[in-house]
Amino acid sequence: MSAQKDRWVSSLVFLLFCASSMPRGGSVGLQQEPSPQHYFSGLEAGKASLAFFTPSVSHGAQPFLEQIESSAEALQDYGISVVKVNCPREDVSRYCGKENALRKAFLFRGNRLIREFPTDALFDVNSVVANVLFALLFNEVKYVETLADLENVEKALKGKSNMVFAYVPATGTAEHRAVMEAAFVYGTIHQFVLTTEAALLKATSHDDPDVSSAWLLFCHCQRATDPAQPCRRTALGQPLTLLNIHRHLKLMGAPLVTEVAEDPEKVSTVHLQLGLPLVFILSQKETYEADRRTAEFVAWQLLGKAGVALLSRDLVDLNVLHRSNVALKTPAEGMPIQYLVLEDTDEVITLVEDRNKVKQIQEDEQQEEEEEEDEDEKENNNQDIQDDQVVEAVSRDKKRELPLEQVLVLTEENFHSSLSEAAQTVVLFYASWEAVSLAVLRSYSEVATHLKGTPGVLLCRVNCWDWPGLCSQENVTQFPSIRIYKEGQQSVTYNGMWGTEELSSFILLSRVSCPLKLATMDEAEGYLRGEFPSELSSHHHTSLLGVFSAATSKAREAFEEAGNILSGHVRMGMYLEDDALALSQKYSVSPPALLLARSGGRSVEGIALSEPSVQDVVQMIRYELLDIFPEITVANLPQYLELRKPFLILFTAGGISQMESKEMLKLAKGRAQQAFVACWLNLKKTPVGHGILRKYFSTTPSLPVLLWVNLHAGGQVFKFPPEEPITEMNILSWLEKLQAGLEIPSSSLSEEDWKPPLPAYDFLQMMEPSVPELSPHPGDTPVPHPPKSPGGDAAGGDTATREEPSRESKAEEVGSPGRDLRGTAPRLAARDKQGKRHSEL
Amino acid sequence: LGLALYAGSLFAVSGATFLYHDYCVIGAGPAGLQAAYFLQQAGRDYIVFERSHAPGSFFALYPRHRKLISINKQYTGKSNSEFNLRHDWNSLLSHDRRLLFRHYSRDFFPNADTMVRYLEDFASLLKLQVQYNTAIIHVTLEKNEQAWNGHYFLLTDQDRKSYKCSSLLVAAGMWVPNVVNFPGSEYVEGYETVSINPEDFAGQTVLILGRGNSAFETAENILGVTNFIHMVSRSRVRLSWATHYVGDLRAINNGLLDTYQLKSLDGLLEGDLEDLAIVKDKKGKLHITLRFYLEDRNISAGIDSITLPQDELDNFATRAPYDRVIRCLGWKFDFSIYNRSLRMMPGKGNIKKYPQIKPSYESRGTRGLFILGTASHSVDFRKSAGGFIHGFRYTTRAVHRLLENRHHGVPWPSTVYPITQLTNSIIKRVNEASGLYQMFSVLADIILLRENATAFEYLEEYPIGVLAELEMQTGRKARNGLFVIIMEYGRNFSGADKDVFYYNRAVGEAQHAWQSNFLHPVIYYYKHLPTEREMKRRPPDWPLPRPDAIHHIVEDFLTDWTAPNAHILPLRRFLENCLSTDLRHFFAESCFLFAFTHQKLPPFCQQGYLRMQGLVGSQELRHHAVQAGLLQDYTHTDFSGDRPPDSHDGSQEQLTRDHAIPVRPLQHLVNAKDE
Repeated sequence: MSAQKDRWVSSLVFLLFCASSMPRGGSVGLQQEPSPQHYFSGLEAGKASLAFFTPSVSHGAQPFLEQIESSAEALQDYGISVVKVNCPREDVSRYCGKENALRKAFLFRGNRLIREFPTDALFDVNSVVANVLFALLFNEVKYVETLADLENVEKALKGKSNMVFAYVPATGTAEHRAVMEAAFVYGTIHQFVLTTEAALLKATSHDDPDVSSAWLLFCHCQRATDPAQPCRRTALGQPLTLLNIHRHLKLMGAPLVTEVAEDPEKVSTVHLQLGLPLVFILSQKETYEADRRTAEFVAWQLLGKAGVALLSRDLVDLNVLHRSNVALKTPAEGMPIQYLVLEDTDEVITLVEDRNKVKQIQEDEQQEEEEEEDEDEKENNNQDIQDDQVVEAVSRDKKRELPLEQVLVLTEENFHSSLSEAAQTVVLFYASWEAVSLAVLRSYSEVATHLKGTPGVLLCRVNCWDWPGLCSQENVTQFPSIRIYKEGQQSVTYNGMWGTEELSSFILLSRVSCPLKLATMDEAEGYLRGEFPSELSSHHHTSLLGVFSAATSKAREAFEEAGNILSGHVRMGMYLEDDALALSQKYSVSPPALLLARSGGRSVEGIALSEPSVQDVVQMIRYELLDIFPEITVANLPQYLELRKPFLILFTAGGISQMESKEMLKLAKGRAQQAFVACWLNLKKTPVGHGILRKYFSTTPSLPVLLWVNLHAGGQVFKFPPEEPITEMNILSWLEKLQAGLEIPSSSLSEEDWKPPLPAYDFLQMMEPSVPELSPHPGDTPVPHPPKSPGGDAAGGDTATREEPSRESKAEEVGSPGRDLRGTAPRLAARDKQGKRHSEL
Repeated sequence: LGLALYAGSLFAVSGATFLYHDYCVIGAGPAGLQAAYFLQQAGRDYIVFERSHAPGSFFALYPRHRKLISINKQYTGKSNSEFNLRHDWNSLLSHDRRLLFRHYSRDFFPNADTMVRYLEDFASLLKLQVQYNTAIIHVTLEKNEQAWNGHYFLLTDQDRKSYKCSSLLVAAGMWVPNVVNFPGSEYVEGYETVSINPEDFAGQTVLILGRGNSAFETAENILGVTNFIHMVSRSRVRLSWATHYVGDLRAINNGLLDTYQLKSLDGLLEGDLEDLAIVKDKKGKLHITLRFYLEDRNISAGIDSITLPQDELDNFATRAPYDRVIRCLGWKFDFSIYNRSLRMMPGKGNIKKYPQIKPSYESRGTRGLFILGTASHSVDFRKSAGGFIHGFRYTTRAVHRLLENRHHGVPWPSTVYPITQLTNSIIKRVNEASGLYQMFSVLADIILLRENATAFEYLEEYPIGVLAELEMQTGRKARNGLFVIIMEYGRNFSGADKDVFYYNRAVGEAQHAWQSNFLHPVIYYYKHLPTEREMKRRPPDWPLPRPDAIHHIVEDFLTDWTAPNAHILPLRRFLENCLSTDLRHFFAESCFLFAFTHQKLPPFCQQGYLRMQGLVGSQELRHHAVQAGLLQDYTHTDFSGDRPPDSHDGSQEQLTRDHAIPVRPLQHLVNAKDE
């Protein structure tokens, strides 16, 4: 970027040098002339000079003289000399004699006086240069006051030359100077028109302009043929500086569409040199005319923002997809050319504009960062600002008193005696200074309120900061940690989600032994219906019933052991009476077998239990408990992630429609079931799903939306065509195409590593000056300073900020807005629907 | 163990001559009993030899005035037993909660008799193997290639009974009084025998030689009844609150400084005791003169023939005659019982009273011989607390752990944690650990990182002097980098001549933590275990060589390093940057979002949420997180179903949101020691 800037800065300097290589006398700077006679006799024809006359005996310092003196060098560049003429005391000629003449400066060309300037018009270097050039270039720069004047100028120029129209809020400003300096260089090529009338500004710019800022239009009158239509205009989008104007005029002067017949990697145009991207429209012989029109259309839209080239695929052998129709080359070195398949011209424009926007923001950010870094000297970054959501939330909540009356505080003294007080004692081990502990303590207090009055359950807590001995004795090495102690049994460590609901359910389920031994047929039936035991009747869980004949003791042992592991998470029963056969016959299974009663026993499934190992049984039960077409929630996602399969997920605004649910279920049950997880997400219930969609599509697409998310391999996200109805057949054929690599991913999951959000205090570096012996010995490896995190912006903790993609991935995302392969080069030309929308400009 | 059994049987054959034990401990003082406790707990074959009939014979006599100057804090406002040991300087380490010193005495400075009683209880309640009335009078080596260290230790007691051991732990203390010889030193009374009855000093003028706690303790006892007291020693007085070294003069004994500085009543003098001479006059008064004046003269010729300094210099400071001269010069190690083959050498310079040992407490001369207790203080003399019960109870444990690894293949105890517990485990230890606190800059907690920094191993209280030998000494591997956690005082803060009360002596801001003066945790990060050479070439006064990164947790007025923003946050950033990862905590909802939008998850989500242990968080907490700008609230997101999908408003919104300036949480108040 900076290399490019240098390049065109130097070309500008060269231009200016050419312009100023007119004959000039003396050295750069102020010339001293002893007398008016001497000055006037030395004036060369055609050479401009700015003179001011001072009495030889100065009446003290004149501030305006200083400004004129300091602008001498700038004016030298334009071949204008600045001369200070000393008036002898006795001189009473035109310039020296009059008292008021001494407060003026005079501009001569040759001998001829062109203009006298009152000194208050020459208040600084900008005003001196602007006013002097304005006076000299009265032919090249037309000053207009009314719209009619402007239209007249424009009309006269049509078909002949282009016009540069500038509005400046006042003369003598830096912008005025910039325009005049540009006019000095380009005045012979383009007609410059200047105004200070706000009315003219309003007439020429479409929305409400800011009258206090300058504004420049390039009017393409040379090509204008229709006398009725105004010339096309391209505004300069940047502040009026000489460099920006020069750059703009250069861009306007470049050919609208460059025809290219070589490898795009080798192509270089003025746009790339000026740091702008170059868009290639890939053309074929058959569609050349249409493509050329498209290119021109696009070029007009992108004028000043990007270059457009027409690349004939017949002449260049491109190793890219045949259906690619657009390529984007960015000025950044080493960036590969992106080949894209776009559907309409709008997308091309968006592509460039968004890219520029991202770049702009990044530049701003860089500046901000730099500014911030300057502040760092004093403020030391934002390192001292908490960016941990849990820690911050807990410390913001610390003043609130928790309703912990229901939770018994245990100490080293009363711990063991308390355990025998209730059938089931739940103990939360935590550390009072630790954020996660305190977050869990809050949920725990809710559980306590929730379970208040539940017989046989005692909720307790142990602060390991107070009682480290007790915690290590109970083998609690991490906190928080929840244990359930039951008389005469080994304690069970809770290993579920740290949420109120999950924990409550665990405690309630844990009251019943797992597996529960069922004594009679009635109990077994009631159990499958979810009515027995009564403690659990309020809990709508899938019930599992192991049916064993006395002979199958090995499988039974494994089942019982699995029950210990799954205790609190699963409802497990066991039936091994003599009439187990009756039960197994009823559900047509042969023991050992599992009966699975989903949704209150309305459907009972039988599964043969052949796995001998406990782990296998646990795995099988976990797997069987997964839904076929689940609604994904924050709480259950990890269970499905464990399957390590891609997700086919339907995002819905609320519930799911009958039809979609039916089709999806069919799909899920079908043969493809093994390959992926078919599921849906209710945005109302799981609002964070909006975050996911925004991440994929920048915005929430129309709902419902069906996505294929490769969570584990590659991380691509594909969007099911929204116009197609969600049916099993459509999805299957889409999946086939997808598998065949014929679809373009809409987005992909960030591959970014989780780096430190912010640097640490570099104490080592701070200590070095004061402790010189700390400096590394020669030959020792130098200490790398902690890497500055790229995502180190401000809070860093904001989940949204954290996910900010790198420049590349952003551009990519923008470049692949999720359309499928139906747009090809001929298609791109058929842009009838856009025609009108863009005619206004 | 097989070797031990074999060795045991070997000596059973020749059992008539030797009694064999794997470990012999000399001395049943605090260090000997502490070592015995650990050996007993580990089920080792050991014996403790005690010359007296009861443990702690030193304390039966000393301090003469019976007041221990080690504090016995009853209340700290905390129930944390580990933390409370920071202010309990007398208890030994054991699992038995009855054996806490506060159950023995309510005095802040307890009586020495209580210590004797405590040690007796410690030995008997824990059933330690102590053989009393056994004074080891000779120790020698017997070469044997099968022995643990290539030799056995042969010990002989006063009854010529012999003992054979594989490893010798010397916890004999320092009990040989230091004496100086100068003309007239026969008139000097020793601290060990001087009267402790103030009545005996009524109306007397006393000169005390020495300037340690025993000298001041003696002065304190008689200060009120003497005419005046002068104290003389080679170096200036060192006040422990200025030097942060508990062996220097403690404030409890410094009454004499008061009368000296306020009323020029008593006084301190600096001078080399070797140059001193004492002449007794006819009245029995003792005159101070210099050896210089006595040259070529016979003292016995009588005082009249001797020139005294005041004869030439009539305002000579100690011209007034003294009634008594008392020597309080401390003690030294008894080197006499060790055969020359053990090469038990005294240290050099100011540690010559101590035997030479390595930072692992093993003798420099003999492998397998460890010095425990106060005699091992050369490692941290005038620095830390290794010469005192509250320090050496931890170094003794460290030695025991080294021995367990060396001889029994039991690696240094450690706990493995997932990386998400890294910040927590450090915060927990620096807030409660007593060993780190007492043995600051000597014992360190070590964190050994596992591959890919997904987990780590935590080792407590390892002697940092032998950091380079960590793998060999502990049996643990340090291949993937390590953190060393120690506590330090600010450099240049402590010293006999330093003003420790200057304004702005305390740092309150985390970013200036490296300038902290009071004891504070410091964490060193090394990508590789420092080598022996690096350890030797470390900067002077530095406990460790230059690390790859260092972190200071800012000193705290309450020594409570649990402030989320001032203590934990900077520590987390340091650890994150060392490991190049993100150690923040996330609510389950954030992990859910990451799971769908990132191919990799931060460690907290990986080790929690993905294992179905996500932190759901209460409604209030999530609300706070949203308010802090650290969590996005999607519940009020409008359904933009009617918006065209290719509308670019959304992306703009996204961009602006992404780059919005976050809400700055309130700056938390920083606390400072000095307002």
